[in-house]
Amino acid sequence: MSIFIDQTTRVIVQGITGKMARFHTNDMLNYGTRVVGGVVPGKGGQTVDGLPVFDTVEEAVAETGAEASLVFVPPPFAADSIMEAADAGIRYCVCITDGIPAQDMIRVKRYMYRYPKERRMVLTGPNCAGTISPGKALLGIMPGHIYLPGPVGIIGRSGTLGYEAAAQLKAHGIGVSTSVGIGGDPINGSSFRDIIQQFQEDDDTQVICMIGEIGGPQEAEAAAYIRDHVTKPVIAYVAGLTAPKGRTMGHAGAIISAFGESASEKVEILTAAGVTVAPNPAVIGDTIARVMAEAA
Amino acid sequence: MDIHEYQAKEILASFGVDIPPGALAYSPEQAAYRAREIGGDRWVVKAQVHAGGRGKAGGVKVCASDQEIQQTCEGLFGRKLVTHQTGPEGKGIYRVYVEGAVPIEREIYLGLVLDRTSQRVMIVASAEGGMEIEEISAQKPKSIVRATVEPAVGLQDFQCRQIAFKLGIDPALTARMVRTLQGCYRAFREHDATMVEINPLVVTGDNRILALDAKMTFDDNALFRHPQISELRDKSQEDPRESRAADRGLSYVGLDGNIGCIVNGAGLAMATMDTIKLAGGEPANFLDIGGGATPERVAKAFRLVMSDSNVQAVLVNIFAGINRCDWVAEGVIQALKEVQVNVPVIVRLAGTNVEAGQKILAESGLPLIRANTLMEAAERAVGAWKNDLTQDTRMRAVK
Repeated sequence: MSIFIDQTTRVIVQGITGKMARFHTNDMLNYGTRVVGGVVPGKGGQTVDGLPVFDTVEEAVAETGAEASLVFVPPPFAADSIMEAADAGIRYCVCITDGIPAQDMIRVKRYMYRYPKERRMVLTGPNCAGTISPGKALLGIMPGHIYLPGPVGIIGRSGTLGYEAAAQLKAHGIGVSTSVGIGGDPINGSSFRDIIQQFQEDDDTQVICMIGEIGGPQEAEAAAYIRDHVTKPVIAYVAGLTAPKGRTMGHAGAIISAFGESASEKVEILTAAGVTVAPNPAVIGDTIARVMAEAA
Repeated sequence: MDIHEYQAKEILASFGVDIPPGALAYSPEQAAYRAREIGGDRWVVKAQVHAGGRGKAGGVKVCASDQEIQQTCEGLFGRKLVTHQTGPEGKGIYRVYVEGAVPIEREIYLGLVLDRTSQRVMIVASAEGGMEIEEISAQKPKSIVRATVEPAVGLQDFQCRQIAFKLGIDPALTARMVRTLQGCYRAFREHDATMVEINPLVVTGDNRILALDAKMTFDDNALFRHPQISELRDKSQEDPRESRAADRGLSYVGLDGNIGCIVNGAGLAMATMDTIKLAGGEPANFLDIGGGATPERVAKAFRLVMSDSNVQAVLVNIFAGINRCDWVAEGVIQALKEVQVNVPVIVRLAGTNVEAGQKILAESGLPLIRANTLMEAAERAVGAWKNDLTQDTRMRAVK
């Protein structure tokens, strides 16, 4: 098992005719992901690289049985596309788009809550690198070859820092059950807590690695959840020890604006909850290897 | 994006928030003229800079005559105002706002923010106006009243009344308080703000509720649909390097250290800065050149980093995922041929085709220092900077 996606998951790509979307769709197909089509309003009936294009997500779901969607739509229209996926019965949606207005995301989250929990879509992102269950399926833009299949569940805000962690694990011969990017925006689909809960319940995941950064309350929320509900070992790293207060560090959400939002405060909160914190980004792999050896 | 007080007041006034009579001036003479237009016998002269703490820094002064206004303004225009929010270099004063003084009965703090916990717009108010919100939450946390706005239906009048009653506002003024709060929320919502702060919101002796100060920050991601807000951008209030970076689509934050950083991805960029610090150095900047590291972007990044005269070594850390290391290496070489870089350059590549990338760097004949891991890269960058420093001292000694 893995979380959210595997080799059987039927995937559609919203905005599939864009240059980047086409490139990554091919990459996902090569990885073994079961991409079954795409959605671009007004381009229904066309095909892209052999895949059928539909005008609406509703139609794509009806025709292909798609369960998951990758949103590659430009920022002004991305929120609308996510809501369309939620309405069409898509079960899991990853939004790659960077630059969606925060108030659009507030509306998206409010909209998703109109559906009862059993049919409510799970969204990860926006502004993320996607999700990969190594050896099974890739729903995103990450380089598949840096991930080995294995027991570590990774959750991170940043794309390339997540790659760094996966590559360090690979150097140790350690693999990943699923890696989920939750994105760098202040209002996001799923939080660290939401994904940690999934990993706690997943039989294939034995160790959880969370890669946080400055800004926002989600690392602290996760810490409280880990303390009370998580039995698997959790390793964390928090980026931004040298980041000044009140400045946005690249990600729209990476800004220290309140108490508990700096890297050192988050490290303190996570440590107090029993999380093993890697002291620097160069030893994330070493720290996980050590914790795994101790647990074995 | 930040705007000036007078601009925020204009916007809020257009949504029904009352403000004192005031006008903008670009010179001391104009300021005195504006005061005569406003009328009355006491005025407040306020330096327009993008920072809080102006009062304590001497940027806000009460004047009682034409001459006093002119004198005060002569002391303000062209000066750099240094407040606890501007950093030691301060922010230039090029505009002054003149406002008629009002009789203040009581001061209230009012803020609207994007609350990341509830993922909604939150109203924060306190009867302890005039103090900064950080001070209020540290010293008088019980005075803070909060309300979150349900996004589907917007702010409700009963919520506004609740806030008014909790703040102890005279019941006769409840309707005015409701109008003020609704105006702030509508301004926030319709212009895609991320923050509206009125500190203080005052109740006057003649029973009015006025915004005495106002601050608005807007969502950069939403500026595409608000051209009239984008026009309010004042580059004189920004760090010139950061403006230049933003114009080039790069994400840059200037810092005080000596080791310049060029990294792809925001998280990895912060992690790189942290590793430099751990190795005993200080980063000169945060710079995210974006996921794909094209040669053009790398060249732009070198130009930007080298425009900081404090930079004594440059660390390039690229994790090539979708693109390949050999391609990134060629980009770095091309950039170094275009941009004059007279400090040590440390390059660490990781990811796809890393061996080919390293080979290209090694064979380029350029004096690059290569590193395999993040830690190694940081240590070599700090080492190169310290070495450079001793050489520098030696050269000065010879002279």
